[in-house]
Amino acid sequence: MADLTDLTLAEARDGVRGRTFSAVELAQAHIDAIEDARGLNAFITETPERALSMAADSDARVAAGDPRPMEGVPIAVKDLFCTNGVRTTAGSHILENFTPPYESTVTQNMWDAGGVLLGKTNLDEFAMGSSNENSFFGQVENPWRADGDGQSRVPGGSSGGSAAAVAACLAPGAIGTDTGGSIRQPAAFSGIVGMKPTYGRCSRWGAVAFASSLDQAGPMTRTVQDAAILLGAMAGFDAKDSTSVDIAAPKFESFLTGEVKGLKVGIPDEYRLDGMPEEIEALWNQGSEWLRDAGAEIVPVSLPMTQYALPAYYIVAPAEASSNLARYDGIRYGLREDAADLTDLYETTRATGFGDEVQRRILIGTYALSAGYYDAYYLKAQRVRTRIAEDFRKAFESVDVLLTPTAPSEAFVPGSKSNDPIAMYLNDVFTVPASLAGLPAISVPAGLAANGLPLGLQIVAKPFDEQTLFRTAQVLEKAAGVTERPLPWWKGAGS
Amino acid sequence: MALDKATVAKIAKLARLRVTEDRLEGLATELSNILSWIEQLEKVDTDGVAPMTSVVMASLRQREDAITDGGKPDDILANAPSTAAGFFMVPKVVE
Repeated sequence: MADLTDLTLAEARDGVRGRTFSAVELAQAHIDAIEDARGLNAFITETPERALSMAADSDARVAAGDPRPMEGVPIAVKDLFCTNGVRTTAGSHILENFTPPYESTVTQNMWDAGGVLLGKTNLDEFAMGSSNENSFFGQVENPWRADGDGQSRVPGGSSGGSAAAVAACLAPGAIGTDTGGSIRQPAAFSGIVGMKPTYGRCSRWGAVAFASSLDQAGPMTRTVQDAAILLGAMAGFDAKDSTSVDIAAPKFESFLTGEVKGLKVGIPDEYRLDGMPEEIEALWNQGSEWLRDAGAEIVPVSLPMTQYALPAYYIVAPAEASSNLARYDGIRYGLREDAADLTDLYETTRATGFGDEVQRRILIGTYALSAGYYDAYYLKAQRVRTRIAEDFRKAFESVDVLLTPTAPSEAFVPGSKSNDPIAMYLNDVFTVPASLAGLPAISVPAGLAANGLPLGLQIVAKPFDEQTLFRTAQVLEKAAGVTERPLPWWKGAGS
Repeated sequence: MALDKATVAKIAKLARLRVTEDRLEGLATELSNILSWIEQLEKVDTDGVAPMTSVVMASLRQREDAITDGGKPDDILANAPSTAAGFFMVPKVVE
């Protein structure tokens, strides 16, 4: 039998259901792979015992003739989702020893569908970052390395551990979160599929909050079909999240017809940035040719507000973060630095518990919300956000989807951007606009850079039109036909 | 807009973050750089444009005002750094 870790999520699901192999065998193969890949630092907490016991339950279900939709499928979960009885750190010192007594809705949906928890994956602290260098638990190694150079590369962020785990076949699928690109950018950097659903499609309940008006959970997998399957198991209305949308999630997988004839694909001219690497532009052009060859109509569109999306995001997201992170006070849970009085306790706990980037964003957000600056910064940014959403609404009057690059470069070397916050923020230049507008978007592996590192293309669709998004993405995936995988240099390399 | 050290110290106080004197200068420069990059937003005409409050829904759902959860003091205290007799412990706040 082929290595069980090479299977797609769909194959793993069908194999358990058809009793080609057991869920326990499948879980064990992934547990072994994770153990052998500790050099990647993809996981903060591994849960092999829980995985085996959940897998045994799955096997019993299958034997009883009563399998659930995701029966026995092993899943890695970004360590931002609260998991009952399993430590949940958000990549932060302040939550280093936090063990939630409850389960997030998205993960509960996963387990109710028969999924098996492999462990909690590494991330930038509180999901703030684009390289995974901001984790208290150390940076994650990208499984990919450039041709002829042994240099390590970042996996992207903030869902970098989830991306690395899927790229290195430590899990057929992982759950990530995307606030401004935290699923799509690491997916592009790690050569996998990463999808952010429409805001409101997945419940935010039990996911550690960063910027509540932007945060969305989404699937990270090696194929588009797998992303459609995984999202199906995560999504759904939840009364516990006031912004959860009460629309039944369709069976996304059933819309993968392989057909885009007559589909109108918009190419937003404003995404052609000055100084964009030629190979990214060439890949983007290639992407529209692929879709045109498949029968789609390519339509130039204009999104004039594009350049203002990032600066607007860097007010809105830090403002919301500064409010959300006010809860870490050293009293009710998390780290506590003892001090003589209460104010001292708050201040030293928070200064010790939060890393540099988190503190930077709390300060920017606090400033933007403070008396005298609220109108000039926060309200201004929210007005710009309205105009950005309006741009998309107009574009979608004439097209069905948009095609853009996912990130402005391939995966970079650790340390190369960490001293320049704005250079780091620019990683999300193509992903942030759709986040601000709440739109579904997906990154698909589309080719390799000249140095052998993966590149992705992004598709953006109308609100709640994940069906068209997945359908187009699968056509793109097939046309691109990227079959290269990273060489498993990490096997036995870590401890 | 350039932030000075005193402003950074004031924001840090509002955010309940201890920032030592030796970090103020560096943070002031860093935050000023970020804010001046953000100030390109001033070029956008937003006259008569409403600030976005929600990307997908015009209004939030209503629900019945009823008790749906509770009675879990042990769960609630389980992660507290310091507790006694079913309470969170804090430093003395009243003389």
